[in-house]
Amino acid sequence: MSIDSPSKIFAQPDGARRPARRRQVDAAGVALSVAEWGDEQAPPLLLAHGGFDFAETLNMFAPMLADAGYRVVSWDQRGHGESAWAHLYSWEADIRDAAAVLATLPDQPLPFIGHSKGGSMVMHLANVAPHRVSALVNLDGLPSGNNMPDVSELERTRMQRDEMDRWLAHRRTLSNKQRRPGTIEELAERRGRMNPRMTTEWLQYLVQVGARQDADGWRWRLDPTMRMGGFGPWRPEWSMLRLPGLGVPMLGVMGLELETMGWGSRPADVQPYLSPGAQFEGLEGVGHFVHIEQPRLVADLILEFLS
Amino acid sequence: MTVSDEASKSIQSGDLVWVRHNRIDLALHVVATGDDPTHRPLLLLHGLGERTPSTVPANLRWPGPIYGLDFTGHGSSTIPVGGGYTSEILVGDVDAALEEIGQVTILGRGLGAYIGLLIAAARPTLVHGVVMSDGPGLVGGGIHPGSPSVPFPAPWAATTPDPFALIELARDVRPPDYAQTYVRFVIESSNLEKALMVCAVARPEWLAAVAAEPGVGHSTVDEALQMYAAL
Repeated sequence: MSIDSPSKIFAQPDGARRPARRRQVDAAGVALSVAEWGDEQAPPLLLAHGGFDFAETLNMFAPMLADAGYRVVSWDQRGHGESAWAHLYSWEADIRDAAAVLATLPDQPLPFIGHSKGGSMVMHLANVAPHRVSALVNLDGLPSGNNMPDVSELERTRMQRDEMDRWLAHRRTLSNKQRRPGTIEELAERRGRMNPRMTTEWLQYLVQVGARQDADGWRWRLDPTMRMGGFGPWRPEWSMLRLPGLGVPMLGVMGLELETMGWGSRPADVQPYLSPGAQFEGLEGVGHFVHIEQPRLVADLILEFLS
Repeated sequence: MTVSDEASKSIQSGDLVWVRHNRIDLALHVVATGDDPTHRPLLLLHGLGERTPSTVPANLRWPGPIYGLDFTGHGSSTIPVGGGYTSEILVGDVDAALEEIGQVTILGRGLGAYIGLLIAAARPTLVHGVVMSDGPGLVGGGIHPGSPSVPFPAPWAATTPDPFALIELARDVRPPDYAQTYVRFVIESSNLEKALMVCAVARPEWLAAVAAEPGVGHSTVDEALQMYAAL
């Protein structure tokens, strides 16, 4: 695979840096690949990627935090990147995996940072282990407690049924399922739909650090049996209600460009839940992937917040 | 193979049909062939931590074949590595079994009763009545998440039931209005007068809400089975 031979990686964007170290953590039998940037002796921080991302989507953002004096510790979630594919996926399993990574770090409070699903995960983890967190940064990972306000009860019920039907239809197609192969350019183009403001150069670079090359083309290193969403009783307010009780400083960063990957939350949805003294930044003209689109801006916000 | 057609005439008690659900091999047991092999089968869904019984439970009367599905991580089915159980996964387990055997009546114990409700909503033409009875895992994890924690199971023997199943499915949240929505899906789609029969004595919030819905019947397990057997 070309990821093993850096010379084959073309057009590495300025400032992008692959992890300084990789190590494995055994999370109840699932091999998780941990990615680290920065001095191993520096104060650690925990950084969680979003759903269908992987640690190396942080190759611009994480080095900025590392260069400011942190040991940045991220990991590929189960089924993502270089971590193992699992039999089952669930929110509880992801939290347990995160706790397994956290357990390998020095036993002291440290900042938790997470994007999207990862933001919601570290918020949950901060509730689970308040003694291990010193500050919390949530990057566009605050679900709205009031999403779909214009949808009638009837329509909501119909959506619930459609979601169940689609989920079961998906479950029936999983045997030997593979991701669709393509050229670097094709995978970059597909990813570009999630990251419409990113350059072709960056997207093609991302393919080379996040996909593997098979005989019939490149495939993202994401378990093809994973699926966005799913059906279940989860409600956004269950996550939001973790916010007011946080006992550590909190920074929320929200991209104000509405995108399909985003959660549709608006600042007004979040404000009532913020803990006293929490800082909240809405970024105009920036989409859901705030730290990928504007790594310098977001890294500076975080570094100032942590200082 | 579809056992609902020709094969159903040749099944034997104790036979085991393997059903694939993604990376899990599920054990679908033939518990009894029944006096009338052409009658619609009864599908037993066990409770949390249980497995399909090896013989027909005492006092259970059904004229046709009786199957039992071992859920993921239970009985003879695959034990997944590293947990990740949800009720929705188990609904997928039952869906995979229905693809094998076709139309059934479901008798669910505890957790299996809850899963029976959800699959009846998802596959109204394949599920001809659900009998919801007492059993392990009936309560689930309450109506909203509790204080968050990360439980690791005790390192028990590497056999079923998977301890991850026990802790994760015991925390499965079941809001009453969520369960009611599925009752309404069932009622809307089914041509049965009573497509759901609540026979459990214990009534956690979700099941009390189900039982209070118009169109849901109440009886003993035996009465409910006799009613569905006659339809």
